[in-house]
Amino acid sequence: MSTATNDVPVLRASHLGIQFGGLKAVDDFNMEIGQSELVGLIGPNGAGKTTVFNLLTGVYQPTEGAYYLNGVKMNGKKTHQVVEAGIARTFQNIRLFKKMTVLENVKVAMNKDMNYSLPTAIFRLGSYWKEEQETDEKAMELLKIVRLEDKADYVAENLPYGEQRRLEIARALATGMKLLLLDEPAAGMNPVETSELLDIINNIRTKFGISVLLIEHDMSLVMRICERIQVIDYGETIASGTPEEIANNPRVIEAYLGKDDEE
Amino acid sequence: MPKKMKTNYLINLVGLILLFLVLYAAFESGIFGSRTNYFMGIATTACYTIIMVTSLNLLVGILGEFSLGHAGFMSVGAYASAILTNALADTGIPDLALFLLALLIGGIAAGITGVLVGIPTLKLRGDYLAIVTVAFAEIIRVAFTNFQITGGGRTMSGIKKLSNFYWVFWVTVVCVAFMYMFIRSRFGRTVKAIREDYIAAAASGVNVTFYKVLTFTISAFFAGVAGAIYAHYITAMIPTTFNFNYSAEFLTEVIIGGTGSMTGSIIGATFLSALPEMLRSFSKYRMLGYSVVLVLIMIFRPGGIFGGWEFSLSRALSRFSPKAKAANKTGKEDE
Repeated sequence: MSTATNDVPVLRASHLGIQFGGLKAVDDFNMEIGQSELVGLIGPNGAGKTTVFNLLTGVYQPTEGAYYLNGVKMNGKKTHQVVEAGIARTFQNIRLFKKMTVLENVKVAMNKDMNYSLPTAIFRLGSYWKEEQETDEKAMELLKIVRLEDKADYVAENLPYGEQRRLEIARALATGMKLLLLDEPAAGMNPVETSELLDIINNIRTKFGISVLLIEHDMSLVMRICERIQVIDYGETIASGTPEEIANNPRVIEAYLGKDDEE
Repeated sequence: MPKKMKTNYLINLVGLILLFLVLYAAFESGIFGSRTNYFMGIATTACYTIIMVTSLNLLVGILGEFSLGHAGFMSVGAYASAILTNALADTGIPDLALFLLALLIGGIAAGITGVLVGIPTLKLRGDYLAIVTVAFAEIIRVAFTNFQITGGGRTMSGIKKLSNFYWVFWVTVVCVAFMYMFIRSRFGRTVKAIREDYIAAAASGVNVTFYKVLTFTISAFFAGVAGAIYAHYITAMIPTTFNFNYSAEFLTEVIIGGTGSMTGSIIGATFLSALPEMLRSFSKYRMLGYSVVLVLIMIFRPGGIFGGWEFSLSRALSRFSPKAKAANKTGKEDE
C-alpha cells in the first residue's frame, strides 16, 4: 500500500529530532501519513516512540526538523493549539478526568468549540441551554461509537479498564481531530477487549476519515490492522514498510530479539 | 430554558425569600431584645465569610490549588472600596448605590490583583504556589502598612457604615449564585478537568493557562467584594487584620465544609464564624474546643463534612411529594 494520497499528507515529519542534554532521544525522524491511513509505530522499550508522540503534540518542542499538519508547520505550538489544529492523542497510562462523569469527560474536549460567554453562563441565557444541549447530543453520539452510551453518567474512575481506554478515544474524537495518535491502546486488554477496540478503530476511520498513528506492543494487532509500519530503535528509524516487509526485515528482528551469532 | 430548571430556580428563590423573611422577622420583632444588633453583626460576619470561603473553594476545590493568601485579596477589596467611599462621601449618592459601587470597585481591584498574582505563578503548582500566595498576602499587608492613603500603620477609621445585614444577605446570595453558575458551566467543567489532570486537559484542547488565570481572577474578585462588605461593616480597619492566620482560617473552613462543595463552604463559614461567639463564655477553652473539632473532622471525615455533596432544595422537597420525586430524580444532579 502506498503513502501517496492526492496531494498534501495529513502529517509530514521531516528530520524531526530532540536532544535532552547530550542524549538524542529522537533523531532524524521522517514520516508521512496520508488521508485516513493507519500507520503503526513500533520499537523496543525505550526506543523513543512516546517521545515522538510528545513531539507531535507540542509537549516537547523539537530541537531539529519540523512537522506539518496538512502542510501547516506546527513547530512552536503549545499542546492546546496543536489539538485545535487537529492532532489529538491518548495516553499510554490512561489519563481521564477521574472524578468527572463519562459524559463530562467528553464534553471537556468539546469546550473549544463552545462559544457562550461567561455572562451568558452566569445569567443562564438562551445560548447556554442551546449549546449545552447540542454538546450533550454530540457527546452522546461519540459515546455510542465507543459503546459507552449507557454509561454516560458513570464516574470515569469506576469504569473497567477496557472501557476507560475507549472513553479516552471518545474524548480524543471529541476534539474533532484529523490525526489521532494512539499510545498503546491495547495495553493490558484481554483478547476480547482488543478485538472490540479494533472494531472501534476501524469504525472511526471509515466514519470520520481520520488518519491514525498507533504505538503498540501487541504485534499481532499491529500486523493485523496497520497499512504501514515504521520501526524505531534508539531514536532512529530502522525500517519502514508493509507489515510483511517488517516481519521479515533482519534489522527489526535484530532490534527485538538481538543478533543471531550462528547466522 | 428547560421547564424543569425554571421550576428549580423558582423553588430556590422562594426558599431564599422565606429564609430572609424568617431572619427579618427575628431581628425586627426584637425577640433578641438588646442583643439584636449583636446577632445581626454575627449574621453579617457569616455572610462575608461565606463569600470568602466559597470564593476560596473555587481555587481549592474546583481548580485544586491551595491558596494561603486569600485575606490578601480581601484586604485589597476592603481598602480600595473604603478609599472610594471616603472620596465620594459628601457627593450625596444614595447609600445603596454607593454600597453597590463600593462592592464593584472592591471586587475589580482585587480581581486585577488576582490577574497580577496569577500570571507569574502559573507555572507553579501545589506547595510552591501555596508559598507564593502566602508571600503575596504579606507583601500586600506590608504595602498597606506603609501607604499614606491606607492610613499607614494606623487604623483607617471613619469608613461609612454601609453594610447592613439585609443588603449583605442578598449580595451574598448573588455572589454564591454567580459562582455556582460558573462552576456548572463549560468554564467550571474545564477548570475541574485541569484539577483532575492538567496534561490530559491540555491534550483535550484546553488552554490551561487561560482557565487558571480566569479562576484566580474570579476568586479574587469575590474575595474583594467580601472585603468591601467587611470594610463598610467594621468601619475601622488595620492592615494587620489580614494576616496569615486570617487566610488560614478561611482555608480551614473550606476543608471542614468539604472541598468542592458550595454547601459545605456555606455551612462551614456560618458555623465557624458563629462558633467563636457561641464559645465566648468558655473563652479559656475556646481554642481548645475549636482544635478538637478540627482534628475530629479530619480523622472521621477527611473529605470535609459534606465532601463534594451539594444540597438541593428541590431534591429535598421531592422527598415529601412522591409526584415531584420522579420528575426531580434526574434533573437536579446536573444543575
